[in-house]
Parts: sequence; C-alpha cells; structure tokens
Amino acid sequence: MTQADFSTILPEFLLAFYAMAALLFGVSAGKDRIAGLIVWATAGLFVALALWIGLSGEGARTGFHGMFNDDPFSRFAKVTILVSAAAVLVMSQDYMSRRNLLRFEYPILITLAVIGMMVMVSAGDLVTLYMGLELQSLSLYVVASMRRDSAKSSEAGMKYFVLGALSSGLLLYGASLTYGYAGTTQFAGILSTLGGEVPVGLLFGLVFMLSGLAFKVSAAPFHMWTPDVYEGSPTPVTAFFATAPKVAALGLLARLMHDAFGAVPGDWGQVVAVLSVLSIFVGSIAAIGQRDIKRLMAYSSIAHMGFALMGLASGTAAGVQAMLIYVAIYVTMNIGTFAFILSMQKDGVPVTSIDSLNMYSKREPLKALALLVLFFSLAGVPPFIGFFGKFYVLRAAVDAGLVWLAVLGVIGSVIGAYYYLRVVFFMYFGKESEGLDRGMAPVQWVMLMGSAAVVALGVINLFGIEGVAALAAETLVR
Amino acid sequence: MATIILLAPLVGALICGFGWRFIGEKPAQIVATSLVFLAAILSWIVFLGFDGQTQQIVLLRWIESGSLSTEWAIRLDRLTAIMLIVVNSVSALVHLYSFGYMAHDDNWGHHEHYRARFFAYLSFFTFAMLTLVTADNLVQMFFGWEGVGVASYLLIGFYYRKPSANAAAMKAFIVNRVGDFGFALGIFALFFLTDSIRFDDVFAAGPDLAQTQLGFLWTEWNAANLIGVLLFIGAMGKSAQLGLHTWLPDAMEGPTPVSALIHAATMVTAGVFLVCRMSPIYEFAPDAKMLIVILGATTAFFAATVGLVQNDIKRVIAYSTCSQLGYMFVAAGVGVYSVAMFHLLTHAFFKAMLFLGAGSVIHAMHHEQDMRNYGGLRKKIPVTFWAMMIGTLAITGVGIPLTHIGFAGFLSKDAVIESAYVGSQYAFWMLVIAAFMTSFYSWRLMFLTFFGKPRGDHHTHDHAHESPKIMLIPLGVLALGAVFSGMLWYNVFFGEEDEMRAWFGMEAAHHVAAADEHAPAEVAGEAAPAHEAPAEDHAAAEAGAHMPAPQGALYIHPENHVMHDAHYVPAWVKVSPFVAMILGLALAFQMYIRRPDLPGKLAATQKPLYDFLLNKWYFDQLYDFIFVRPTKWLGGFLWKRGDGNVIDGSINGIAMGIIPALTRLAVRAQSGYLFHYAFAMVLGIAALITWMTFSGGSN
Repeated sequence: MTQADFSTILPEFLLAFYAMAALLFGVSAGKDRIAGLIVWATAGLFVALALWIGLSGEGARTGFHGMFNDDPFSRFAKVTILVSAAAVLVMSQDYMSRRNLLRFEYPILITLAVIGMMVMVSAGDLVTLYMGLELQSLSLYVVASMRRDSAKSSEAGMKYFVLGALSSGLLLYGASLTYGYAGTTQFAGILSTLGGEVPVGLLFGLVFMLSGLAFKVSAAPFHMWTPDVYEGSPTPVTAFFATAPKVAALGLLARLMHDAFGAVPGDWGQVVAVLSVLSIFVGSIAAIGQRDIKRLMAYSSIAHMGFALMGLASGTAAGVQAMLIYVAIYVTMNIGTFAFILSMQKDGVPVTSIDSLNMYSKREPLKALALLVLFFSLAGVPPFIGFFGKFYVLRAAVDAGLVWLAVLGVIGSVIGAYYYLRVVFFMYFGKESEGLDRGMAPVQWVMLMGSAAVVALGVINLFGIEGVAALAAETLVR
Repeated sequence: MATIILLAPLVGALICGFGWRFIGEKPAQIVATSLVFLAAILSWIVFLGFDGQTQQIVLLRWIESGSLSTEWAIRLDRLTAIMLIVVNSVSALVHLYSFGYMAHDDNWGHHEHYRARFFAYLSFFTFAMLTLVTADNLVQMFFGWEGVGVASYLLIGFYYRKPSANAAAMKAFIVNRVGDFGFALGIFALFFLTDSIRFDDVFAAGPDLAQTQLGFLWTEWNAANLIGVLLFIGAMGKSAQLGLHTWLPDAMEGPTPVSALIHAATMVTAGVFLVCRMSPIYEFAPDAKMLIVILGATTAFFAATVGLVQNDIKRVIAYSTCSQLGYMFVAAGVGVYSVAMFHLLTHAFFKAMLFLGAGSVIHAMHHEQDMRNYGGLRKKIPVTFWAMMIGTLAITGVGIPLTHIGFAGFLSKDAVIESAYVGSQYAFWMLVIAAFMTSFYSWRLMFLTFFGKPRGDHHTHDHAHESPKIMLIPLGVLALGAVFSGMLWYNVFFGEEDEMRAWFGMEAAHHVAAADEHAPAEVAGEAAPAHEAPAEDHAAAEAGAHMPAPQGALYIHPENHVMHDAHYVPAWVKVSPFVAMILGLALAFQMYIRRPDLPGKLAATQKPLYDFLLNKWYFDQLYDFIFVRPTKWLGGFLWKRGDGNVIDGSINGIAMGIIPALTRLAVRAQSGYLFHYAFAMVLGIAALITWMTFSGGSN
C-alpha cells in the first residue's frame, strides 16, 4: 500500500479505525450506558468527515490500481450519505433510549454500514464493489433485527437477510459472467473490451448485476422485501434504510453502469427504464392501499427510486446529474418525514397508523404545516423542491429521447399524489378522533422544521446543488 | 401631465373599489370623482395648449420577447388630445351625475353597498378608455380595448340580480369578442408583415403594405386592404356597426349614467378612433375604406328605421347612437378623418346629454322607461325639458343653412353629409334619409315625453319631480358643449385644409404638391402610387421601409381631395340635411301633437312593416337561429357527451375502478411469505434475461 493509495481511502480508514476503537471502548466502559455518547460522537464524526470530504480536494484520483476512486461523484455521494446518516442517528437517540433499545452496538453497526456505502460509491472494481456491498448489507441485517424480543423485528431481519443473500448471489453470478467474458474485474478494463456487438454472456452478466443492485435500491420487481422490512424494523432503522443505503446503492449502480458499461448505454438503459417504470407504478399503486405510515413510506421510496432510475436510464451526464439532485432532495424530505414519524406516539406507545393523524392540524398547527409541506414536496407539488427533482429527471429523460418514459412517469406521479394528499387530507379535514401525544424531542423538532424549511426555501436556487451535481456527473459520464 | 391624466382614474378606481371599507362609501365616491375631475381639467389644459406636435411619453418598458419589443408609452397628438377631453369631461360629469342618480336604487336593499362599486367601475372604465386612446402601440391599445370591454360587461351587468341584465352583459361581451378576434388578427397580420407593433413603424410601412400580397383563408389578399378590413371588424364590434350591433340596444340594461358614458360618448366611439388612428394604413386600403363607407351608411339608415318605432326611451337613444356612429364611419371611410373626429366630439356632448336627460326623466318617473306612459312632463321637470330640447336641437341639426351658425350637430352632421356626397352617392342618400328619420324619432321622443296629456299611472305622474341639482349641473355643462362645440371648432376640423393640417400637426407640403394636379375626386384613390402621383411621393413609396412615419395625428394621401371638394358641393346638397330635418319635425308634429291617433292607425295598416321595424329587422331572431342555437347545441353536446361521459367517465373509471383494483392486486401480492418474494425476484430476472436474449440488447 503506497502513500497515494492510502490517501484516497483515508476517510474510510479513519471510520473503520473509529468503529473498532468505539467497540472496544464500549465493551470496556459501561456498555449501553454510554450508548448516547457514542451516538453523538459518531454523528459528530460523520459530519466532520462530510465537511472534510466536501471541502477537500478537487479532481479525480484512483488508488489501488484503479480499484478505488476518489472523484467528485464519490465525494457528492459520500457527503450525502454521511450527513443523512448523522441526521438519522441523532434523531433516533431519543426514540431508542425511551424504549430501552439503545444498544451501544447500534451506532457502531451504522458506522460499519456507512463504511461499506462509502466503499460502494468509490468502487472501481467488481471486487471492491462486492466488498463494500456486503459490509453494508451485513451491518444492516443486524440492525434490522435489533429488537430481538420482537417477532416482527426478527422477521424483518430474517426476510432481509434471506432475500439479500439471494440478490448477492445474483450479483455474484453476474460478476463472474462478466469476468468470464471480459477477462478482468476492473471497471476500466471491462469498458475497454466493449466495442461493437456485446456478447450475450456479458449481457447476461450485466442483467444479473443490475438485478442484484435493483434489490438494494428496492426497484420493482425486486422490491418486495421493502414494505415488510420497513414495517418490522424499529423506526429509526427504517429511517436509516430509507436514506443513506438508497444513496449508496444508486451511486454504485450509476458508477457500475457508466464506468464499466458506459460504451453501451442503450443496452442497460432500456433495462433501467423498465425497472424505473415498474417501480413508479408499483410504488404509487400499492401505496394507496396502505394504512400504516411506515409501509406507506416504503412504497413511497420504491416510487421515488423509480424516478431516480429514470435519470440514470437516460444514459447522459444530465441524467446522472438529475439522479443525484433527485436523491439528495429525496433524502432531505425523508429525514423530515421520519423525524415526525419517530415522534408519533399515543400514551407513550409508538403508533404508525395513518388514521391517528386525523385532524392533527387542530392540535399542532405548526407541525401539521411542516408535514404538509413535506408531503406536498414528496408528491411533487411546486414550488417545493420535490417538484424540481421530478422536473430534472423528466427533462433528462425527454432530452435523451425517452418521451414515453417521461409520460409514464408523469402519469405515475399523478397516481402517487393521491396517497400523499390523502395524509394531508386526514390532517386537515379528517374525522375528529383521539389524537397523538403532544410534544417531540427537540432534535426531532429541529429536523422536521429544518427539513420543511429547506423544502420550501429550496425553490430559490436549490442551495446550489445543481452545480455540484453537474460536476459530479461529469466525472462519471465522459 | 399626461401621466397624471392617465393614472388618476386608476388610482381613483383602486381607492374606491378596495378602500371604501376603510374610508367609507361617500368619501370613496368623492375621491374617485375628484380624481376624474382632476384628469378632466388637466385634459383641457393639454388640449387648449397643444401645438399639434406628436409627443411620446415613455412610462416603462413593457414587453421584450424575440423581435417583439415595446414600451408602455403615451402617444400625445391631436387625436389623443381630442379623445382626452371627450372621455374625461363626460366621465367627470357622469361621475357627478351618478351621485344623484345612484343615491337610491330599488334593486338593492338599504344595508347593501353598491355605490362605491359603481364608482370604482366607472373610474376603471375611464382608465381603460384612456389607455386605449393614449396607446403608442397596438398591444397597448388592445389592452385598453379589452379593458373597456370588461368595464362595459361589469356595468351592463351591474344589476346582477336581474337575469336580463346578466344576459345583456354576456351578449355585449360575446358579440364584442367576435370583433376583437378580427382586431387581434389585424394586429397579428401587422406584426407578421412589419415585425413591429409600434405605431411609428406600422405607419411607415403603409405604402409597402399596399404592394404586398398576403394569403389568408385560402385567398390572396392585398395586405393593406386585408388589415384594414380586419381592424374594421374590431371597430364594428366596439362601435356596434351593422352585423355586430345587436348588443348595444340590450346594453341599456345598465344604469343610465353608464349608457351615457360608455354606450354613447366614449367606448362605442373607440372604433371610429381606431379607424382614424390607423389612417396611414387606411389611406392605402381603398377597398377597406369602401367597405367602411357602405357599412357605415347602411348602419346609419338601419338604426334610424328601427329607432322610429321603439317605445323604450333609452332604446330610442341607443339606436340613435348606433345611427350616428354610422355617420362617423362614413366620414372616416371617405377619407375625411377630421370630420369623423368632429362628429365624434360633438356627438359625445349632445348624446351624453340626451342620455343623462333621459336618466333624469326616468328618475322623475320612478324608473318607468316606456314613453307611452309619459306625456305632459314639460311643466313638472322644466330644467330636464330644456336640456333635452337643446340635445334634440343639436342632434337633429338645427342651424342657419349655408352659414356656420347652428347647434353642434348641425355643423358636424352637415360636414359628414357633404363629405359623403363627394365620396359616395349611396352613402349620401342613405345619410340624408337617416337625417330625416333622426329628426322624426328625436321629436317623437320629445313630443311623447313632454307634450300632450299624461298617460300611464296617475300616481307616478303626480309624484314626478325635478331631479336634484347634482344631476342638473352636468346637464347644464353638456348643454354648453351641445350648443357651442360645433361653432367653436368648425374651422379646425372642416374649414380650410391648411388650418386643419396644422391643427393635426401634419405637413402642408403634401397638400400643395397634390393640389396642383386638380385631379377629380377619386374616392379613396387608386391603390398605392398611381402613375400621375408626384415624383417625390412615388420615390418615397418605392423606398418603402426607409420612409419615416408620416407626421401628425392623421395621414391624408396626396390624392385624397375629398375634403377639399366637399367645400364646393352644390348648394342643394348643403341644404338637403336641413330640409330633411324640417320634414321630420313636421311629420312628428303632425303625428304626435295634432293627430295622436295617427300612429296607431298607421301601425295597424302597415302591420308587416311595423313588425319588421319593431323587431329590429329580425336580427336577433336570425342570429339566434344561425349562431346561438347551434352553438348551444354543440356546447351541450361537448359538455354532456364529451366532457361528462368521455373525459369524466374515463378519469373516474381509472381513478375509481382500475387503480383500486390494481391496488388490491398489489396488496394481495404482498403476502408476507418469503418464498413468494423470492419467486417474484426470480420471475423478474427470468423475464429480463428472456427479453435481453430475444432483443439482443439495443443492437
């Protein structure tokens, strides 16, 4: 390992070192009693690293003979992952400690998952890809079933693990086919072997890898684990599932498609387009039937991933830029929404039924307003930033000649608007019923209001995210 | 100063319309009225001190889009100055008059506030009308054009609880829409051909347009004529010319001050103003001018015939307005724009006065409008009687023949008729006959209302009372205009041609060059530069776009000698309108004073003709049959079948049938069984692989 190699992976290395140190410290110094401290320390480290990565360096570097990339694209994804993971960590602390769930392993497992994600978005080789992916997945399997005494939580972890193993199998099978036909596992090497007709074997490998990754972003028809796992896992874990891993999986997908198969965007583009349409429609239509807000958010994330894939399906730099903007906006909105869901409780018991929101606006007008803003934004109603996210991906699709995709996307978003607006309807016009408890942890309140404010004020210039995303997309699509 | 004139009524409308809740209804009315008075006084200062030079006062940049670039600017020239005094004077007086007229209204309860709304609408109308007349480009003019349309709609439908008022308001709006469509097409055509909507650029392109061919409706047209006709269609709608006139009589559903302001003095003359404003185009569009002459003359004749038999006092005056507008168009059509403006000016005074007088009568008679229930009111409301008398003397054209002494209508109407004699024999005879009928129905109105025995409800007659002073003052002021405006400004509108040219700020050179030719008065000239045109004009026309816009408020083609020749028509022509007036007066006197039984008998013996006139030549019935009913049927069809069944049906079907079914399916598929989920994944990848195998990727 040379000095140059090491410097490209320094943030991941620091995090890994921290995770092990924290584990030792936790075991020796009081276990769960200091879990809160570790949560805050981890979140602080995430933010510090995000700042460091965001502000450091320009240009693209590779290490380990092309196995690991450090470029604007990976930095964009890493900052998003770190910030969202930190946000989810701090807002879940209150929820978990109140229910006696806060184990000191929780922030450490999250840290390990984050390391996996950072490796994923930086991957320059099939091996690195798989290594990051598995590190992430294994950590997440554990946190999904953190609530060991709950059947639902265990069931969620179990389902996630079995299906995740299946998807890993598909991915590995695809990777081995690709290696067999391309003769190398390096992305750049695979790219150089492409030219003219793509061998059917390589095409198979591509499709298998796509399927495996589609499972991670929960794109239809590989989405079926999502609602069950979202519902069964403890809510903080659900919040985490809905944010950082989605960014990582999408980033990995974009990197693999463009870095390794960038020469044949038509081949994978159509597959991604089909996955995108299926996800949008399945997410929108199935969500209508939900009574549980966590399941609703699960389907919502399926539909949103469909839109993000629409950007990728265009196969252009503008498409990747749109995807990055979309996913950043999606994460912002989800953090606010989950901050609220975390605070939902009746007589101290967490509730997740949508009916409990009836006439919420009467009791908590400000929070109801914030939630209204978030749901309008999720539905894509202008002037909130959710609209601009959709606008960017639709424009990318139209510019790439995929008008049919854009039209179907718009139809899907119309259907999807129904269930978001229904929640708002319940809050403002629903029947009078027993309400939720008042009060909210300060951190959650800050997250909810901050997210709503960002969503509402982003209309001005999207906080300049466009330029950064464009820069990131350019490094990927050459 | 012009800016204050333009914006004062707008400020008044806003304060009055939105602020009356804070400052009270009465103060709001006073604010609106005083601001319009301010505008009126400033208008007179501008008018009297105006030197004829065109000024452009830019207020702000307005539209920048592609090659369309325009400012919001005030174009101040003689035409605008004339319109400013007409609009603001009449508007100010009508505001004042409305204090009295609208004080009590049976259409509203005691606690209801309607006065501030009325005044706000009036002020808004004034602003829109001022925008129209001060426009420096076509879009700005169109803005004002539509603005007055909106104000007119709001004011005709002011009594919104009356179904007839709502119907009339809609009719006015929809019929005007037909005209506005023509106007809009004209603007499009001008922009298409000249790439500009500024008056200066458009006017400069006049000679070019005359030589351009333009395809429209599968036919090749001469561009100038086509644009002229399209713009005239717009003018027809606003000015209620034959074909698009049906809304004006119905518009009398509005309160009487509205009829005086909008439907007599100002808005309906916008069409005449448009034709005069576009004179640099019309001078190159002989066919369009011919159409204007024929339609104007026919309208004058038609409206006068219908006016003969109407019984509603306001409808008589409405048809009279329609007829007088025909006069103005004839004058404009034969190319004597100054005379059209002259008649517009005098007509504004005496017709506003007639309407306000009629309003005073209606006020006195407790909102009774049928003249058959009047009679003998001379003693009860003497001031109104004398005001109406002056108005009638003015409209029928009383004066001393072959001199320039007489009431306003005498001078301006005779000027129109003399010009018409030079321009078109058809128009001349139509106008003379119309003058005869004008005299008849005007005197019929006077005799039925103020002479004879009281008819109708005794109670009403017993309580008939003179209107308050605040309503009589405007009548007095307008009476001054009705008596003197003709004599005062005869020379500058229809006197020596050089004087007229100087008044409108035009160069005298054209006249001098053209007068040498002594060409016979070719009506409206041949298209563009004929071979005997003076060399310099020929060259200028050839040079095309490089020619600067013609100077002054009007443009008169060098070959247009109608005005000059109109001064040398035979004496019998000059006397003919006077004779027609005397005959009309005599006939009315015979039928309504000496033999009051005669009209009834005549109506009985000439029943078909009487019915034909009473039903306004069956225009409404014809339109109802041709346009209204098929349109309603089509609308009903599209609404019930197209919108209701197809669109709503399919949307509801999808939203309430298909989507929930799919939702149930999706929810059922989410069984919770691990092996179902795994199976779905395997199915998914199998489908993808199969697809890729058969399609072989994108290649």
